[in-house]
Amino acid sequence: MANNILAVLEQREGKLKKASFEAAAVASKLASELNCDAIAVVVGNEIINLNEVSKYGIKKTIHLKSSGLEQYSTSGYSDAVTAYAKTVGAEYLVFANTSLGRDLAPVVAIKYDAGILTDCTNIEVSDGDVVVTRPVYAGKAFIDIKFKSSKKILTTRPNVFKAEANNSAGAPEIEVIEIQSPNLNSRVIETKKSEGKIDVSEAEIIVSGGRGMKGPENFHLVEELAEVLGAAVGASRAVVDAGWRQHSEQVGQTGKTVSPTLYIACGISGAIQHLAGMSSSKYIVAINKDQDAPIFSVADYGIAGDVFEILPALTEEIKKYK
Amino acid sequence: MKIAVCVSHVPDTATKIKIANSGKDIDPSGVTFIINPYDEYAVEEALKQKEALGGEVTVFSVGGDANKESIRKALAMGADKGVLIKSENELDSIGIAKALAVEIKNEGCELVFCGKQSVDYDDSIVGQLLSALLGYNCVSTVVGLKIEGNKITAEREIEGGREVIETQIPVVITTQKGLNEPRYASLKGIMGAKKKTIEEKSSANVESSTEVIKMRKPAPKQPGRIVGNDVSAVPELVKLLREEAKVI
Ligand SMILES: Cc1cc2nc3c(=O)[nH]c(=O)nc-3n(C[C@H](O)[C@H](O)[C@H](O)COP(=O)(O)OP(=O)(O)OC[C@H]3O[C@@H](n4cnc5c(N)ncnc54)[C@H](O)[C@@H]3O)c2cc1C
Ligand SMILES: Nc1ncnc2c1ncn2[C@@H]1O[C@H](COP(=O)(O)O)[C@@H](O)[C@H]1O
Repeated sequence: MANNILAVLEQREGKLKKASFEAAAVASKLASELNCDAIAVVVGNEIINLNEVSKYGIKKTIHLKSSGLEQYSTSGYSDAVTAYAKTVGAEYLVFANTSLGRDLAPVVAIKYDAGILTDCTNIEVSDGDVVVTRPVYAGKAFIDIKFKSSKKILTTRPNVFKAEANNSAGAPEIEVIEIQSPNLNSRVIETKKSEGKIDVSEAEIIVSGGRGMKGPENFHLVEELAEVLGAAVGASRAVVDAGWRQHSEQVGQTGKTVSPTLYIACGISGAIQHLAGMSSSKYIVAINKDQDAPIFSVADYGIAGDVFEILPALTEEIKKYK
Repeated sequence: MKIAVCVSHVPDTATKIKIANSGKDIDPSGVTFIINPYDEYAVEEALKQKEALGGEVTVFSVGGDANKESIRKALAMGADKGVLIKSENELDSIGIAKALAVEIKNEGCELVFCGKQSVDYDDSIVGQLLSALLGYNCVSTVVGLKIEGNKITAEREIEGGREVIETQIPVVITTQKGLNEPRYASLKGIMGAKKKTIEEKSSANVESSTEVIKMRKPAPKQPGRIVGNDVSAVPELVKLLREEAKVI
């Protein structure tokens, strides 16, 4: 029997994030397989949806609370999480591999003297050992890997593990622990939001445009399709380098890694570095006038045609059902 | 200011990967290795800070003799000297960070730059691990940086925007595309790099905390379906997305 498993959840502006519910679901599944308890931990000030955690199979949630920790702080959050992990002697800690999780988890790993495996896409228990699968070389290969350390930290790739809410879950048990004088050696002093847009790394559906869109003035076609689908707009590096779109929208090796349920690539050739960022999408649709474009080799469905004809028609067709 | 920059030596991103006979690693034969692309932003930032603050830039790399090539690349861009930390066994990220921490501490560097990610194992954690081992502050995935005296103001990329972080030196910064435009090595720089020293150290007693069981290629994807080649295919595509894939 293993010791406790902690799911370390992330809140932004006082709300728990979806990727964290996935991490919670992973922790609760691991706990049942390893025959131990899963506990959720979240650092922050006021948090509005703490009682949702129990829907993902975790009964007890610990809120490490301080007004100084309302916003992220590498030093403050890592100290708080490490101290709690020590008090319960946690054996596993599970984080979501978000910008916050990727910053926090490795610092906790050192402070807690744990091994760490990031960006996991599969986690299995075999003979009491946890075996992790993760992509390497930009998804060109996978490794199965295990821990040698006694304490272990995992981060889960967002959108890969399913977090299905279970409404029959019992009443949540929430315990608040006040953090006195948090370590604010590093702290967020300002957050600059890209207004009104869904970020590609958090979107369920992404419509991406590449050089085949011919110019920034044509991206409204991509945006309109994204709009009817409630999707985020993505871009290839070629169009980001050309200054047509912002780097925050870039998908691929030097951009963001995404795993939406649907990825629609418009006028994107499918270079290996682009595929690196999106090939783990559940369904891929390619629209490209070159039937031999490499994007078709990863696409589930494709139209080998002109984006300027297809996109407006596709937007109209989808509107019929919305 | 003593500045450190950490570089890894990785397969060119366009190369095809073959699995080695061991079944645990790639077969390096015929693979072109380059300096990790994100580390070029780290080298550039280290050089810019040296120009502003004075001091010395030391390049650190953990690995085999081949890594000297990437160290030389950084020296050609303008770094002052290199340290190759040789490891007997393959190290994971914690092993690499521990090996780096020992030598960076020896050298007394208080401003440390890493790339945000090494495009081999794509871990994205060595910089953060290193900061915790050294007891330094850390800001990862940085796209904007200002240093005034001991004060660091850094912008990092997050989902849906950026956050501005305030902290102090000593610090480890991991660099993301957008922070700067890495300079090209001049001919003079390339010639000069040959005369700069690369010291060799060994990472004694450093161990990994993880162990690879197996490396494999992803299962080949079933070829997709080309629904058509003009607008007449649109209704069929939407039908497939609604009824077969059930994603819209
Ligand atoms: C180290 C490194 C890192 C990189 N990182 C990334 C990354 O993160 N993300 C990334 O995307 N790339 C990355 N790249 C670049 C990558 O190699 C490609 O150059 C890039 O992805 C190409 O973008 P594209 O598909 O938009 O353009 P192109 O390759 O030029 O493709 C345009 C496509 O549009 C099609 N087309 C043209 N007109 C039409 C039309 N009217 N209708 C339909 N289709 C049309 C063409 O057939 C073509 O297939 C990286 C490269 C390197 C070396
Ligand atoms: N073997 C290595 N030697 C020196 N620096 C490294 C090494 N591996 C990783 N790094 C540094 O750590 C960063 C992040 O790497 P990773 O955590 O492996 O994705 C890289 O961009 C490098 O700056």
